[in-house]
Amino acid sequence: MDMRETLRYLGYRGHGADDQTLELAEECWEELEQKAERRVCFKEFPLTVRESIIDMGCFQTKSQALEKNLKHCRQVVLFAATLGVQADSLIRRYSRLQMSRAVVMQAVAAAMLEEYCDQVNEEIRREYEKKGLYLRPRFSPGYGDFPIQCQSGLLGGLEAGKRIGITLTDSLLMIPSKSVSAVIGVSPVRRECIVKGCEACGSTDCIYRRETV
Amino acid sequence: MSRSVLEEIRRRKVFCDGGMGSLLQAKGLKAGELPETWNLLHPEILREIHREYLDAGCDIVTTNTFGANRLKYPAAGEFDLKEIVRAAVVNARQAVKEAGRGFVALDLGPTGKLLKPLGDLDFDEAYDIYREVVIWGCTAGADLILTETMSDGYEAKAAILAARENSRLPVFATMVFDGKGKLLTGGDVESAVALLEGLGVDALGINCGLGPMQMKDILREILAVTSLPVIVNPNAGLPRSENGTTVYDIDEDQFAEAMEEIGRMGANVLGGCCGTTPGHIRRLVSRCQDLEQVLPGEKNRTVISSYTHAVVIDREPVLIGERINPTGKSKFKQALKDHNLEYILQEGVRQQDNGAHVLDVNVGLPEIDEPQMMEETVKELQSIIDLPLQIDTSDIKAMERAMRIYNGKPLINSVNGKQESMEAVFPLVKRYGGVVVALVLDEDGIPDTAQGRIAVAKKIYKKAAEYGISPKDILIDGLCLTVSSDSRGALTTLETLRRVRDELGGKTILGVSNISFGLPQRETINGTFFTMALASGLNAAIINPNSQIMMRAYYSFRALWDMDAQCEDYIRACRMMGEPPKTVPCRASKAGAGSAPKAVPGGSGSSGGDSMGLGNCIRRGMAEGAKEAVKELLEQRDALDIINEEMIPALDQVGQGFEQGTVFLPQLLMSAEAARAAFDVIKDRMAQSGMSQEKKGTVILATVKGDIHDIGKNIVKVLLENYGYEVVDLGKDVAPERIVDAAVERRVPLVGLSALMTTTVPGMEETIRQLREKAPWVKVMVGGAVLTEEYARTIGADRYCRDAMASVNYAETVTFAGSEPNTLLV
Repeated sequence: MDMRETLRYLGYRGHGADDQTLELAEECWEELEQKAERRVCFKEFPLTVRESIIDMGCFQTKSQALEKNLKHCRQVVLFAATLGVQADSLIRRYSRLQMSRAVVMQAVAAAMLEEYCDQVNEEIRREYEKKGLYLRPRFSPGYGDFPIQCQSGLLGGLEAGKRIGITLTDSLLMIPSKSVSAVIGVSPVRRECIVKGCEACGSTDCIYRRETV
Repeated sequence: MSRSVLEEIRRRKVFCDGGMGSLLQAKGLKAGELPETWNLLHPEILREIHREYLDAGCDIVTTNTFGANRLKYPAAGEFDLKEIVRAAVVNARQAVKEAGRGFVALDLGPTGKLLKPLGDLDFDEAYDIYREVVIWGCTAGADLILTETMSDGYEAKAAILAARENSRLPVFATMVFDGKGKLLTGGDVESAVALLEGLGVDALGINCGLGPMQMKDILREILAVTSLPVIVNPNAGLPRSENGTTVYDIDEDQFAEAMEEIGRMGANVLGGCCGTTPGHIRRLVSRCQDLEQVLPGEKNRTVISSYTHAVVIDREPVLIGERINPTGKSKFKQALKDHNLEYILQEGVRQQDNGAHVLDVNVGLPEIDEPQMMEETVKELQSIIDLPLQIDTSDIKAMERAMRIYNGKPLINSVNGKQESMEAVFPLVKRYGGVVVALVLDEDGIPDTAQGRIAVAKKIYKKAAEYGISPKDILIDGLCLTVSSDSRGALTTLETLRRVRDELGGKTILGVSNISFGLPQRETINGTFFTMALASGLNAAIINPNSQIMMRAYYSFRALWDMDAQCEDYIRACRMMGEPPKTVPCRASKAGAGSAPKAVPGGSGSSGGDSMGLGNCIRRGMAEGAKEAVKELLEQRDALDIINEEMIPALDQVGQGFEQGTVFLPQLLMSAEAARAAFDVIKDRMAQSGMSQEKKGTVILATVKGDIHDIGKNIVKVLLENYGYEVVDLGKDVAPERIVDAAVERRVPLVGLSALMTTTVPGMEETIRQLREKAPWVKVMVGGAVLTEEYARTIGADRYCRDAMASVNYAETVTFAGSEPNTLLV
């Protein structure tokens, strides 16, 4: 279990946690481990960028940040992963019964989901590198100027509702809430050391910001 | 065809068609284009596809209405949904006419949204969405209704109810399971079958999600429990992406070969789903058409279900927790009057932790609106507890409302031998499904003898049969009257149990605790009688699972009756019962519940908080310790002194630590919970001495319309309550009007709003606008991930609160009419 990430989601900003919180986090991880149903789906789509319109077949959009992220890419892998409704159920349950546990559970779930995404992402990376292709970091609707409205096209293209149970509310929130959707650029050009994930975000005063090593 | 589709199924294997989407794409449907629009734009192509399937040998063509619902085709849109549905049926009808054979199935797919509490769609709205499609589809001439690709039993229930209540057509239902045999929403095969059979579908099964090979295990599970014909419509195999297109791991021949095996295993209706084509179906039909059709026999299982699992009522005794019931419990009555659902939920969780298999739910109280309360309680319970529920009410309206929104196949408590009762309850059981408790009394009262009670039981079975309800869905309650008024009472009851089992082959249930009414040490009698009843064949017992005596009787009986190999459960239960009782519900964190932290700076490290003092327990978030400490303090000091001199300073200290960044959210909340536990002790003490409880004032909290993330709001609630405010929690996804109405009605001075996403901030802005207009005295504080000081100002809020402590601090500055500042009362 990634305790460091869990604490980051709890707003510890690099501070150590007390034993009680650590113990609670471990218990939550164990309980979530039993209940969560990790599911993922991903699929390759052709990519064209013309006059700043980024077209991935199942949706088109304009976004400078995404365009930059996808430089030199000819395909994208659309990606969606979730811990399932079971994780939400646990959080909801404890929200009614013991709020401290609900809060820790949701941080643990965020860390677990991220770890799972990284793990699947790594498998995809290896597959592509065999073919001499390189992946760009996951980029999700809502990052920078990548419009959140692209969620429906992205998830629709993956049939994520039917296949792994991710649905959208009218206000474009994903349910289950512990879900990730993303675009992963595929490029013939290797590019290392790019800022990704948390560090790519412009909100530098966020209390959840990862302390870059 | 002159024979109905159900008659055909009784005679031979019947075949469904295959995929639709990929065929339409091959004929030019573009990515992102809504497939159902082609019913109107290209009717000839739809007819052609249906025709190809019919020519391939399928019997049932499904209409192109998978996504035809008002969420995808809103009233203001380009296409008229009614026309789309009508055209879909007409196209299929036409193809059947041309082919001279076949049935038209009106296809109902998932809405694409998740139902509450998982998502934001109301059960009633889901029902309405399906209802209109059913009406249009039937009018246009469908032969049957197929609800398919459902991954949520609750949504399937809405669709099936809509189909059954608005048509007379046969209803088939297929669900999507994953490789582990689970629905995406967590239900297992048995619970899905229980639900679907309860709702009265004509055939059930699996589709989509998996290829035929992976469906075999699930099919086996279904066949083991169902009494209905089984449908299997797999995908063309497991998909993978090859250069951007989807390909499957098996070909048409392999598909058909696997389907032949599935047909031999006992599937009665066979077809395909995603990726399957007329080619697949042709091969499938030619391999399977001569297979012998064997229908699953009547399994005669008495089964109820929650949304996750089924509970079979048979030889293994089933424990039904009786504690959610106000009878004789003043605290519970007060909770009902105060609308305190937390209290009820805690009662439920405690019984689950102590081993209940089912929870009885009774919220009957003269002063309250029982149907409303029952519906709400069932919704709340099933959103956090995964046990099946027993709906316990004599109010038929309350019974129906609960059964309608219940997510599974419930137990119903109860019907009796009176005509009036049977005529009211049986139609509900038939409509919604369920197992019903039948009390063996009638217009002549309770028979004195077992003979008389058996006669009433027979009468009830007979009447139920008229409604199509079989004895397997009835639990006979042999009734136990208190032994203090009739010394033969217990013997009569026990004889009734044995005779229902031996003479009627029926299942039994008892409210065990009645036996001891009016006697001292009731549990002693209850435990003994419980054992005797179990030995007389009792299948389900309504008991108090929090009673160790009852649970000891249960575990002992199972060990002695060859139900517990190596006495494993018995030994485990003994070990658990030996431990001190839990105080924080549901596998409470050891940390949160009160054991001392491993490293206490300067502390003794001993367990328990009594030696640490109340303030320390609160600072360290030790609920159990705080309770003990406050009990001790109450012996010596006044309640208000304790609050002001011990608790408030501790809470303030933790709050300041949080603001300074030395204490973090989990600790802040654990401290709040410890303080809450101590407050509860004080509150009890004050109530005993007749003192009233005052609050500082009332605050309304809500997560705004469109937003369903409420964790932040809930944190604020915990802290505000800690500081003595009464919180009216309107929940999540709350319409501006509701917030305004509540603010006006209660004339609250402060409203707290939460929004997590940029997409939901407009909902917040609108709420503030309406508040300004209709409740201009209200101060509005806002919080949530996307908000900032500046953003809050632009949408007109009075205060941006970056965290929960900030909202408490702001509340302390707001004047609450009629309350004295700076006195913290509980």
